[in-house]
Amino acid sequence: MSTDTRNRARTRALTITIGVGLAIGAIITAFPFIWMITSSFKPQSESIDYPPTILPQTPTIEYYLTLFTELDFGRYLVNTVIVVLISYVGLMLMAMAGYAFAKFDFRGKGWMFFLVLATLMIPVQVTMIPTYLIINSLHLTNTLVGIALPTLVSGFSIFLFRQFMTTIPTEMLEAARLDGAGEFRTFWQIVLPMSKPILAVQVVLTFIAGWNSFLWPLILSSDQKLYTLSVGLNLLNQQLAVNPSLQMAGASVMVVPILIVFIIFQRYVIQGFALSGLK
Amino acid sequence: MKRKLTPYLFVSPAMLLLVTFGIFPIFLAAAVSLTNMNISGFVRPQNIKFIGLENYVTLFSDKDFWQALWNTGGFALFGVPAIVVLSLAVALLLNRRGNWFFQALRSFYFIPAITAIVAVSLIWGYLYNTQFGFFNYLLSLVGVPQVQWLSDPLLAKFSVALVAIWRGTGLNIIIFLAALQGVPKEYLEAASMDGAGEWRKTYSITLPLLRFAIFFVSVTTTISWLQFFDEPFVLTDGGPLGATTSMSIFLYKEGFRLNQFGYAAAGSLVLFAIIAVITVIQLRLRRADDEY
Repeated sequence: MSTDTRNRARTRALTITIGVGLAIGAIITAFPFIWMITSSFKPQSESIDYPPTILPQTPTIEYYLTLFTELDFGRYLVNTVIVVLISYVGLMLMAMAGYAFAKFDFRGKGWMFFLVLATLMIPVQVTMIPTYLIINSLHLTNTLVGIALPTLVSGFSIFLFRQFMTTIPTEMLEAARLDGAGEFRTFWQIVLPMSKPILAVQVVLTFIAGWNSFLWPLILSSDQKLYTLSVGLNLLNQQLAVNPSLQMAGASVMVVPILIVFIIFQRYVIQGFALSGLK
Repeated sequence: MKRKLTPYLFVSPAMLLLVTFGIFPIFLAAAVSLTNMNISGFVRPQNIKFIGLENYVTLFSDKDFWQALWNTGGFALFGVPAIVVLSLAVALLLNRRGNWFFQALRSFYFIPAITAIVAVSLIWGYLYNTQFGFFNYLLSLVGVPQVQWLSDPLLAKFSVALVAIWRGTGLNIIIFLAALQGVPKEYLEAASMDGAGEWRKTYSITLPLLRFAIFFVSVTTTISWLQFFDEPFVLTDGGPLGATTSMSIFLYKEGFRLNQFGYAAAGSLVLFAIIAVITVIQLRLRRADDEY
């Protein structure tokens, strides 16, 4: 009895130690973001002051205003949202393809699905130059559609849709067809609503990927009017010695919306990344 | 007749895009790598000449290429164990309890994995700053003189790798946590009854059951280090003196700064071949391991 309580006390002490240790690790991991947010409200003189202050002594929102008035961050924000919206068209196309692979038999299905899986193994470095040449020959450089095109569909997402949609009972589709619903209506009114779990994961992940995308906007847009947030923010990268407060404000504009999405849709995000373990 | 057409209508838009941007580029890269295509060939296609394997020959005598290759190898050798061990350790600790506190901590570790690299580089660049950076301030408290985090060639390698490790652990923690769900509780309880301690249980039961997850994470982490690009690109632009130039940075610079499209395409296929060979070796090792 007494050894049992002692054992339990020891286990409890160990759990608390681990909890505290993990909490310290979590704070260290999150520290760069805390630093980003507090510094974005510091006047420039304070952000390059020595010794540094953790919290702003004389908080200001001056640099957020600078981003949207003197700099063109409003436009970059709109461009980024448009790129995300275009990616959702791609998401719909991938859901359609996943449905076809899951629920239809057709000639060429086998090798088409092989192609889908083959693209998972090809690194972006190989496709970078040819894709640039392709987009250029389509005269789509310096357009938002061109920026979204290279990543519009991914083999992995098609694969995930297919895996999920095979679990939809075929009888339900047959019933809809007997009721005279067209193929597209069946897809829209039965398949998509039944695929909500996987759809939710993909909608959130597509938002994060589109919002953060950097390489293609960087390569494909030379006109400042088409810059996305990430490319616009990269402009501030060259001015480190000048104004960290402004840079941190810019970084916050990019990071905070993602944090909000993450907090609200955490379950889907984590589920989605756990699924990538399937790859 | 109409029914037969339906699947093609559903599948073709996505397949068309996938073939155009996922499959066709490989063949185009292979074709371009055999030419001297550069900016003049880009503007006037008749300036493109077939030069056989010349790009590949030049590549293997290019000392920048070798430096990039060595750097990439060094990053992988240091970074893969760091990420695998760190994320496995944190996942094992996080898995201890399923209450809200441990759940909330999990999210903190995950955040770096989903934030934009450009924002991350600005923040870390500021932290690393020699004169007014927070890290040098912390070090000054214990009497260490100013450290050149990003401009000392050797230290810069470490600094960019540290940011990549910080960003890379979150995803793998999630994968390990998912795998830990598959460890039967009965095994652990039975071991406890037999008097096995925490270490013993982790070492003899949990880790062997996580073998596949560890293997999987090692392979994907290796691939991502061989493609290492984001952190050195935004933090150091491959400098100082090429110390942080990875293969991908080398390819980007040849392709998009110097417009040597043919040369960069050749390099990208070499990188692809290296990644493929290393992955196959890992898969083989795994199979040999399974035979026991």
